[in-house]
Amino acid sequence: MVEFWNGYAWPTIWIVIQIVAIIVPLLVAVAYLTYAERKVLAAMQLRQGPNLVGPFGLLQPFADGLKLFAKETVIPSGANRVVFVAAPMMTFFLGLVAWAVIPFGEGIVLANINVGVLYLFAISSLGVYGIIMAGWASNSKYAFLGGLRSAAQMVSYEVSIGLVIITVLLCVGSLNLTDVVLAQRTVWFFIPLFPMFVVFFISALAETNRAPFDLPEGESELVGGYNVEYSSMTFALFFLGEYANMILMSAMTVILFLGGWLPPLDVPPLNWIPGPIWFALKIALVLFFFLWVRATVPRYRYDQLMRLGWKVFLPFSLVWVLLTAGVLIAFDWLPK
Amino acid sequence: MIVQGLAFYMFAAILVASAVMVISARNPVHSVLFLILSFFNAAGLFILIGAEFVAMILVIVYVGAVAVLFLFVVMMLDIDFRALRSGLLRYLPIGGTVGLILLVELAVVLGAWAVAPEATTGVAAPLPPPEITNTRAIGQLIYTQYVYLFQASGLILFIAMIGAIVLTLREREGVRRQNITRQVSRRREEVVAVRKVPTRGGV
Repeated sequence: MVEFWNGYAWPTIWIVIQIVAIIVPLLVAVAYLTYAERKVLAAMQLRQGPNLVGPFGLLQPFADGLKLFAKETVIPSGANRVVFVAAPMMTFFLGLVAWAVIPFGEGIVLANINVGVLYLFAISSLGVYGIIMAGWASNSKYAFLGGLRSAAQMVSYEVSIGLVIITVLLCVGSLNLTDVVLAQRTVWFFIPLFPMFVVFFISALAETNRAPFDLPEGESELVGGYNVEYSSMTFALFFLGEYANMILMSAMTVILFLGGWLPPLDVPPLNWIPGPIWFALKIALVLFFFLWVRATVPRYRYDQLMRLGWKVFLPFSLVWVLLTAGVLIAFDWLPK
Repeated sequence: MIVQGLAFYMFAAILVASAVMVISARNPVHSVLFLILSFFNAAGLFILIGAEFVAMILVIVYVGAVAVLFLFVVMMLDIDFRALRSGLLRYLPIGGTVGLILLVELAVVLGAWAVAPEATTGVAAPLPPPEITNTRAIGQLIYTQYVYLFQASGLILFIAMIGAIVLTLREREGVRRQNITRQVSRRREEVVAVRKVPTRGGV
C-alpha cells in the first residue's frame, strides 16, 4: 500500500497539482488578455473600452464568459457532428498542452525534456488542425474558405519559424528550453540576431492568425471565416485557444530571444525580482506588441501574404542560418 | 515498469485500431484524421523507446505538414462515397498481394537479424554511449559516417521537388501580376499629370 502510494499515487497527484498551477493562471491571463486587448485598442482609438462591469470594467471578461456559457450550442444540420465538436476542443487542448515544457524560472518547469524546442514547434504546427477541421465540418462556404486559407498560411509561415529556431539553436547547442535561456546570460539573442527576431515576431502573428494576417477570419469578406457556424461554448473554446496560442507564441519569443526569466542586467535590485515575474513581464510586453500591431496595420491581401512568407522570409532566414553558422565556425564560437 | 507497459499497450492498441480505421472509414476525411491519430501514437511509441528526436520529427513533418496537405486535397475532392465502396472487391486482390509482399519482406529483414547476428553489426553503426542525447547521436552519425548517403537522399528529395514543380507549372496568358519593386519605385511625376481643365471644355 505504502509502495503504491509512493510509487504511483503521489507522483500522479503531484503532477496534477503542477498542471493546475500552470493552467489556472494561464486561463486567468487569457481572460485578462481579452480585456487588455479591448482597453489597448480603445486607448489607441481614443475610446473608453469596457468600463462598466466592476471597477474599470475589470470583471468584463467574466461577464463575457458567463454570457457565452449560458447561450445555446447550435450545430448546423449539414455539419459533420463529431468533427464539428472536436475541432474547438482540439484548438483549446493544443493551446494548453504546449505549456508543459515552458520554463518559468530556473528549474520551474513541468517537463524539462531534451527536445523542448521541437515539442513546442510540433504543437504549434498542429494548431492548424482545429481550424481546418472546423472549416470542413461546418459545411459552409465561408467557414471552408477560412479553413483553407488558414491551412496554407500556417504551413507557409512554419517554414520560416523553423529556420529562425535553427538559427537560435546554432547559438545554443541544445534543444532544451532551459539551456536556451541560460545561453543568453551574456547577451539576449535579440541583439545579435535582431533580423531573425523581427522575422519570428511577424511569423508568430501569421501563425496565430492575428491582424494583419487574420485572413482566416477576415470578417470583411468571410463574415468570420472558420468559426462562423460556432456558438456558445464551442465558440468560446476557439476564442480561448486562440488567445492561449498568442500567449504561447509570446512566451516562445521571450524564451528564444528575450532571455526568458533572466533579468535585463544581473545587478541588484533587478535580480532581486524572481524569475517568473520577469518572464511574465516580458510576455506582457510582447503581447502589447501583438495588440499594437492589430490597432495600426491594415489586413494583408492573400497573395501578398503568401509572397511575404515564401519569397521574402524564407530566403532571408535561410541566408541568416548560413551566415550565423559561418560566423560561429569562423570565430570558433560554436557552443560545445 | 508497469506504467511503461500500460503506456505501450495503450499506444499500440490505438495505433493498430486507428490504422484499421484509416482503410475502413467511409469518409476519406475521417480516414486522414485517423491517419493523423496513428502518426501520433507511433510518436508515442518512439518516445517510449527513448527516441524523442525521431518522435518529434515524426509529428512535425508528417502530422504538421504532410497530413495537412493531404487533408487539404481530400477535403476539396467531390467524392461519391458509394462509388468508392463498390470497388472494394475488385481492388482487394491487388492490395492484398502488395500487403502480403511487404509483410514477407519485413519478416525476411527481421528474420535475417536472428539467423545471422553478425549482419546487425554490418548494417548498424555502433550504439553511442547513453550519456549522449539522441539528437546529438543522430547528428554525429548522419554528418560523419553516413554523410554521403544523407546528402544523396537530400538531393533526391530536391530533384523530386523540382520535378513536381515542373509538372504542375503552367504559364497562363493574360494573368496580371503584381510587381512590388516597380510599384514601390514609382514616382509621382511619372504617373500623375496635372492638367488645367477649362470649364465645360473637358480634357
